[in-house]
Amino acid sequence: MKPIDFLALDFQGGPSVAAPSFQSRRDFLKRFGGGIVVFVTFGDLLLAQESTHDVRTPVVPRPGLPTDFNAFLRIGGDGRVTCFTGKIEMGQGPITSLPQMLAEDLEVPLDSVDIIMGDTDLCPWDAGTFGSLTTRAFGPALRAAATEAKGVLLELAADSLQVPVAQLMAQDGVIFDQQNHERRITYGQLTKGQKIERHLTVRPSLKDVAQFKIAGKPLLRRDARDKVTGKAQYTGDVRLPGMLYAKILRPPAHGAKLKSADTTAAREIPGVQVVQDGDLMAVLHELPDVAEAALGKIKAEFDVPPADVDDQTIFDHLLRVAPGASVVSQGGNLETGKQLSARQFETTYLNSYVAHAAMETHTALAHVEGDKATVWASTQNPFGARDQIARALGFPAENVRVITPFVGGGFGGKTFNLQTIEAARLAKAAGKPVQVMWSREEEFFHDTFRPAAIVKINSGIDATGKMTFWDYEVFYAGDRGAQHFYTIPHHRTAAHGSGWQGPPGSHPFGTGAWRAPGNNTNTFARESQIDLMAAAAGADSVEFRLRHLSDPRMIPVLKAAAERFGWTPAKAPSKRGYGVACGIDAGTYVAAIAEVAIDPAKGTVQVKRVVCAQEMGLVVNPAGATIQMEGCITMGLGYALAEEVHFKGGKILDTNFDTYPLPRFSWVPKIETVILEANDMPPQGGGEPAIVVMGALIANAIHDATGA
Amino acid sequence: MSDTISFRLNDQPVHVTVDKSRPLLWVLRTDLALTGTKFGCGEGYCGCCTVLVDQRAMRSCSLTVKDVEGKDVTTIEGLAKNGQLHPLQQAFMEHDALQCGFCTPGMILTAFGLLRSNPQPSHEQIIRGMEDSFCRCGAHPRIVDAIQSAAAAMKGGR
Repeated sequence: MKPIDFLALDFQGGPSVAAPSFQSRRDFLKRFGGGIVVFVTFGDLLLAQESTHDVRTPVVPRPGLPTDFNAFLRIGGDGRVTCFTGKIEMGQGPITSLPQMLAEDLEVPLDSVDIIMGDTDLCPWDAGTFGSLTTRAFGPALRAAATEAKGVLLELAADSLQVPVAQLMAQDGVIFDQQNHERRITYGQLTKGQKIERHLTVRPSLKDVAQFKIAGKPLLRRDARDKVTGKAQYTGDVRLPGMLYAKILRPPAHGAKLKSADTTAAREIPGVQVVQDGDLMAVLHELPDVAEAALGKIKAEFDVPPADVDDQTIFDHLLRVAPGASVVSQGGNLETGKQLSARQFETTYLNSYVAHAAMETHTALAHVEGDKATVWASTQNPFGARDQIARALGFPAENVRVITPFVGGGFGGKTFNLQTIEAARLAKAAGKPVQVMWSREEEFFHDTFRPAAIVKINSGIDATGKMTFWDYEVFYAGDRGAQHFYTIPHHRTAAHGSGWQGPPGSHPFGTGAWRAPGNNTNTFARESQIDLMAAAAGADSVEFRLRHLSDPRMIPVLKAAAERFGWTPAKAPSKRGYGVACGIDAGTYVAAIAEVAIDPAKGTVQVKRVVCAQEMGLVVNPAGATIQMEGCITMGLGYALAEEVHFKGGKILDTNFDTYPLPRFSWVPKIETVILEANDMPPQGGGEPAIVVMGALIANAIHDATGA
Repeated sequence: MSDTISFRLNDQPVHVTVDKSRPLLWVLRTDLALTGTKFGCGEGYCGCCTVLVDQRAMRSCSLTVKDVEGKDVTTIEGLAKNGQLHPLQQAFMEHDALQCGFCTPGMILTAFGLLRSNPQPSHEQIIRGMEDSFCRCGAHPRIVDAIQSAAAAMKGGR
């Protein structure tokens, strides 16, 4: 068993770096010796990350922003190109799309590009992998670095070949004289023996999309082979000599306090070590199953606070303690709108807590030596984890290195990093490397659920079926996706609380970002309400939307979905079981149409078909973007049809998949996706948008089938 | 109470000296260092820990090492022969039938078991055969397509 130092994702036997820790750019350069290294510092890019970061990472005060660089790449003397990114791979595909962008702009073959991801010692600081930001925020920096590097190479080649730069052409890692193709030199030859460091602070003009040869083309995943052969390493697969497996004593409910613990029987098992570090008690053993058995032998008593809310009463509680509203957008005058209304619709929409339930449970392996810690972690924000671990151990952040192997699904759930702190504390206490891998029950218990949320809408139409006013209040889901995009003369949208956490005492357990946080709730409520009004107006639900749309991006997206679906107008509810919903998330426009079949006797719903159209600006990897859409639709079936966390007070009643259903093969409809070309727009988000429409899409289709 | 348990693992004989009541999953992952078999739920619901026992797909979290004594166990690491990917592995790659990849070993081995008992399954039969295997990323339609195309590729020849 060989410990790995970091996730070197070299595809063609590229540079393998048995890397000691190094923390600075200077160290980095020393470590890698020669070659061309381009560091990119973009103020505006940082701002883009920052503005999102502000809202999204709840627990960690931000570390100082890097003042020197935030992206880089290196071209080695062997001609291989390495991209360093703080982003991580959890299935969403940057392991393919980022090298694809790099290869395009640098003019190298894709298989000469390696990528190192999520290593806090090797990669530039990054807020985290969430918010569908990798392609749209990190992408431009990477493209700029590649373009700059190409410029350096062209200058070197001009010197070497004695040909002016303007006469040179770069292609497939080679620069040649356009007038005499025999005069050529490879990147490797140019880079060899060189020590060139470039700092890019001005955004260079980037290659035109029309010239793309690699980006914008469908590409199969670069990690697929390792994932189908079992070779791909996740955090739980990393082994260190002498490592122990920890099983942690958990309370029966959130808020419960440990009164006493009798560990005698556990300690009698050979090789068992019981460790207590403050409130953290765990059993360690060199075999995980023995540690688990030993944990079962601890007789612990807890003080459990009384359960004052459960999954039925939670909404009343939440409304009672809700923070005040802040207006997201408004226009016209609601009273005027009401007077213009022939009919008004006052509706309350409720959303339950939903679990992330990634197939890989939270896992970390920590190794503490002296005042240094190395932690392998399944995390979406390795730099956030690094700072949390440093605080927990009392180490300076630069003494902590977080390494992120492949992550087995995140969906916003792997941003709190509790398991990394647990592993680090236990490793420090035990003096040996310690792995923490949560059980499925721990995963449900410590998940930061999508918060239960409430949306109250009052809206109206006039006698001609035109929307007159829109009064929208969202509680606990925040403003992402709250703002409507329809033409409504008198409207107000307000959000109670900024999002998924709520003030202390609102939620009885942890809540957090869940794939397209807030927007699932907001789009569900808005698009359900729109359908309600379309039906009342005796209108077709697609036509009703188009009648109230003026957004030049949304109109073609909805039309594209309707066209692919073969939509024929009918007065809603049409009894056909057709539903439609539109949404905007992460800069991307989505419209979807579904067909459902209802079995009234059994009370079951089968989603037969979903057509989803999306406009997401420039698409770097169309295959990857399509897969993300399919994934969103399939995952979204879960919250639309079945998923809901059951609890009583701080006790989570769902402990495994026997009571908490995930979408299964038989649930999945025929999925058709359409991506509208918008190459003149920068890339927008792709990992989340399509999931936001699923709640209303299915609800509307059911309503269309049953009329109820 | 250690016993020596012998079985075949990925075409090689193995002898492990362990408490025979230990879960096969953890013996594979720790004692035998085969980490391709994943822990997902520990109670047999999700299928991430699926291995082949005498060519049948079984959940290693719910088996003890004693249960496989004298039997033939295949993990995802043993599915490719002589560097040649199994048609299912090839098809999962070609169809992009994975995202995070954590459920993938279990999906492929469950599909292997399905195709062994029904070499040319219909679309419906694939769905029924895979129904109790969970994927959170939503790769389901591509997994079904991959199994269908692997079944076609395996016809004749294999």
